[in-house]
Amino acid sequence: MKKLLKLSTAVAMITTLSMAGTLDDVKKAGTLKCGVNTGLPGFAEADSKGTWRGMDVDFCRAVAAAVLGDAKKVKYVALNAKERFTALQSGEIDILARNTTWTNTRDTTLGLNFAGVNYYDGQGFMVPKSLGVKSAKELDNATLCIQSGTTTEMNLADYFRANGMKFKAITFDTNEQVDNAFFSGRCDILTSDQSSLYASRTKATDPSKYIVLPDVISKEPLGPVVRQGDDQWFNAIKWILNAVITAEEKGISSKNVDDAAKNSTDPEVRRLLGAEGTMGKNIGLDGDAFMKVIKQVGNYGEMFENNIGENTPLKIKRGLNALWDNGGLLYSPPFR
Amino acid sequence: MSFLRNEKVRGILYQLITIVGFVLFIMYIAQNTSDNIEARGIKSGLDFMQSTAGFDITETPLEFNHTSTHWDVFKVGLANTLIVSAFGIVLATILGLIIGVARLSSNWIISRLANGYIEIFRNLPILLQILFWYNVVLASMPSVRQSYNFFGSIFINQRGVYTPRPIFEDGSWLIAAGFIIALLAGWLIYKWSTKRHDETGQEFPVFLVNLGLLITLPILAYLIAGSPVSFEYPVFKGFNFQGGRTFTPEFLALLFALTIYTATFIAEAVRSGIEAVNKGQKEAATSLGLTPTQSLKFVVLPQAVRIAIPPIINQYLNLAKNSSLAAAIGYPELVTVFAGTSLNITGQALEIIGITMLTYLVISLFVSAILNWFNKKMKIKER
Repeated sequence: MKKLLKLSTAVAMITTLSMAGTLDDVKKAGTLKCGVNTGLPGFAEADSKGTWRGMDVDFCRAVAAAVLGDAKKVKYVALNAKERFTALQSGEIDILARNTTWTNTRDTTLGLNFAGVNYYDGQGFMVPKSLGVKSAKELDNATLCIQSGTTTEMNLADYFRANGMKFKAITFDTNEQVDNAFFSGRCDILTSDQSSLYASRTKATDPSKYIVLPDVISKEPLGPVVRQGDDQWFNAIKWILNAVITAEEKGISSKNVDDAAKNSTDPEVRRLLGAEGTMGKNIGLDGDAFMKVIKQVGNYGEMFENNIGENTPLKIKRGLNALWDNGGLLYSPPFR
Repeated sequence: MSFLRNEKVRGILYQLITIVGFVLFIMYIAQNTSDNIEARGIKSGLDFMQSTAGFDITETPLEFNHTSTHWDVFKVGLANTLIVSAFGIVLATILGLIIGVARLSSNWIISRLANGYIEIFRNLPILLQILFWYNVVLASMPSVRQSYNFFGSIFINQRGVYTPRPIFEDGSWLIAAGFIIALLAGWLIYKWSTKRHDETGQEFPVFLVNLGLLITLPILAYLIAGSPVSFEYPVFKGFNFQGGRTFTPEFLALLFALTIYTATFIAEAVRSGIEAVNKGQKEAATSLGLTPTQSLKFVVLPQAVRIAIPPIINQYLNLAKNSSLAAAIGYPELVTVFAGTSLNITGQALEIIGITMLTYLVISLFVSAILNWFNKKMKIKER
C-alpha cells in the first residue's frame, strides 16, 4: 500500500503542476534534482560516506557544473524502475539519469524526450559457473530473476518465444532485491542489461563463480531523459552530453583543460571551451559552461574509466562505447 | 432575509454551499489534470487495456500467454490477490481463534506463550515480516538439486514446495456430486436436529455425523466411478522440477507473514469478545447445571462472537489490502504486475493507479458488505 500511496502522490502532482522553464527553475533553486538508480555499482551508488558515485551520477554532476557552475550542487533522488517516469513527469526531478533505455513507446507516449545516449548496452544473462551453461540457447525451462518495470521483461519473453523455449521469471522492485534473490539461489539466471550484470557480479561473495554469457539479446541505448515541451532545457542537456564526447575526441581532459582554453589553436576546441563564439550562451548557459563541466567532472572517457572501466571492479571494456573513430558508436555533432 | 433566521433553511443552505464547492473543486482538479496531460503530450485513455502486454507472469491461475493483453494482466493480478487473501483470511481466522482462546487459558505457560506471540508479531511492521520470512525461506531451504524429498512425490527446496497434482478424468463429476450431496444432507440434518432440540431438548451428534458423511460419500463415489483420479508427479528435469503443483516461496512467504500478522489482531478480538461477556452469565450457566464446555458453547461464545465480529471484519479488510506489499518479494498480485509492469510498459500511471485503487475499494466494500450482513444476522434478536 505504501508504494501505491507514493505513486499516487506523484500522480496527484501531475494534476497540480504547471509547466515552466526548467533551466530557470534550476538556476533559481540553486540545486539540480537528478533522478538516479537506487543502487547500481558503477552507475549510481552512494558510498559508505553517503557520496553518490557512478556514470549516471557523473552526468548529473556535469549538468550541475554547466548550469550552476558547481558539480556538487546536485540533489540525488533515488528511484526504482517504476517510479522513474512519474517522478520526471510530475516535476519531482529535473532530469532522469538512471540507465533508462530509449524506446519508441517511451519517447512518444510518456511526454518525455531522450536527450541522447550515454551508454550503449544490451540485455544479457549471468549464470553460476557450476551450472555449466555456455549459451543462452541452453536455458529452456530456467528460472530467471528480473527487475520489474523494465524493457528486460519484454525482451526476455520475445527471446524465449522466438527460440521456442519456456521460462519462469520472478520479478522484483529494485536491483538489490533481484541480486539478493539470485545470489541466494532463488533463480538459475540473472538477466538484465550487461552493464548491470557486471555491476551485480561485484556484489557476490566470490565474483569469479559467476559468468556473463556472451549472448546479447537486445539493443539498450541508455540515456538522460527530460520532460517534453521544454526545448531550452532539452537543448542544454543534449549539448552537455555532446560536449563531454567532443572533449574526449579532441583530447581535452580535466587535467589539461585550463591549458587548452588558453593555448589551443583548434577552433572547435576554442568554441567548446568558450574562448571563441557563443556556444554556451546559445543554450542559456555561461560562455564557459562546458569548460566547467570538463574541469570539474571530466570528458566522457574519464567518466567511463573512473566508474566502470578496466581499472574498476566492473572491468567493462569500451566496446560500443568507444568513440566513432575508435570502432565505437559515440559520435557528437560538431561544435560549430 | 428573515428566512435565514430559520435554522432548518440555514442548515440546508450550508450543505448546498459545501456540496457545490466540493463539486467545483473536483471539476477543477479533473480539468487541470487533463489539460496538463494534453499539454505534455502524455498518452491517456483506456485503449492500452486492449494492447498486447508482451511479458510473462510466473503464477497464472487464469490462462495467460504472450498474446495476452493488459486487461488479462489485470485479471491475473486480481486473481492472485484474491487467492492469497482468501487463504490468508481462512488461516488467520483459525490461528487467531486458537491463540485468542489460549491467551485466556488457565495454564500459565500456554497463556504466556500466546501473549508473547501476540506482542511480538503485532508490533513488527508487516513489510519487514514479509521480507524476513522470504529471506528465511531462501536461506534455510536446500538448493534445487538437494531438495528435501518426501516419498519421491513431495519436494521442498528454495524454489518452493512441489506436490503431485490430481488429474480428474471422466467420471470425476461423481465425486463432486457425492460431496454436494453430503453438504445438502448435512444441512438438512442440522435443520432437523435443531428443530428436534427445540421441541424435545434431545441432543444429536450433528458434527460427527456430518463429518462422516463428508468423508465417506465422496470416497464411495470415487470407488463407484472406478478411481477416475490420477496424479501427476513433479520430476526434476533440466534446471527445475517440471509437472505437479508448485507453491512458490513468494506465495508461501506472503501467506505466512499475512497469516501470522493478522492472526494476532484476530486473537485479541476473540479475547476481548470473551472477556466482555459478563461473569454473571457464566456463573448463571454453572448454577443451571451446565458443564464448562456447555456453558462455553451455549452461553459465552454466542455472546462473545457478536462482540468480536466487527473488529475481525476490519482485520480481513486489512489483510486484503496488506497483500499489496507482495511487490517487495515479487509475488505477482495486482500491484506487482498491473500497477508495476503494465504501468511501466504503457506509462499510463494515472489510469492504472486509478483502476488499482478502485479495485481495492470494490474488494473492501464487497467483503465488508458480506460481513455486515453476517453481523446483522448474528445480532441479538430482541423479541
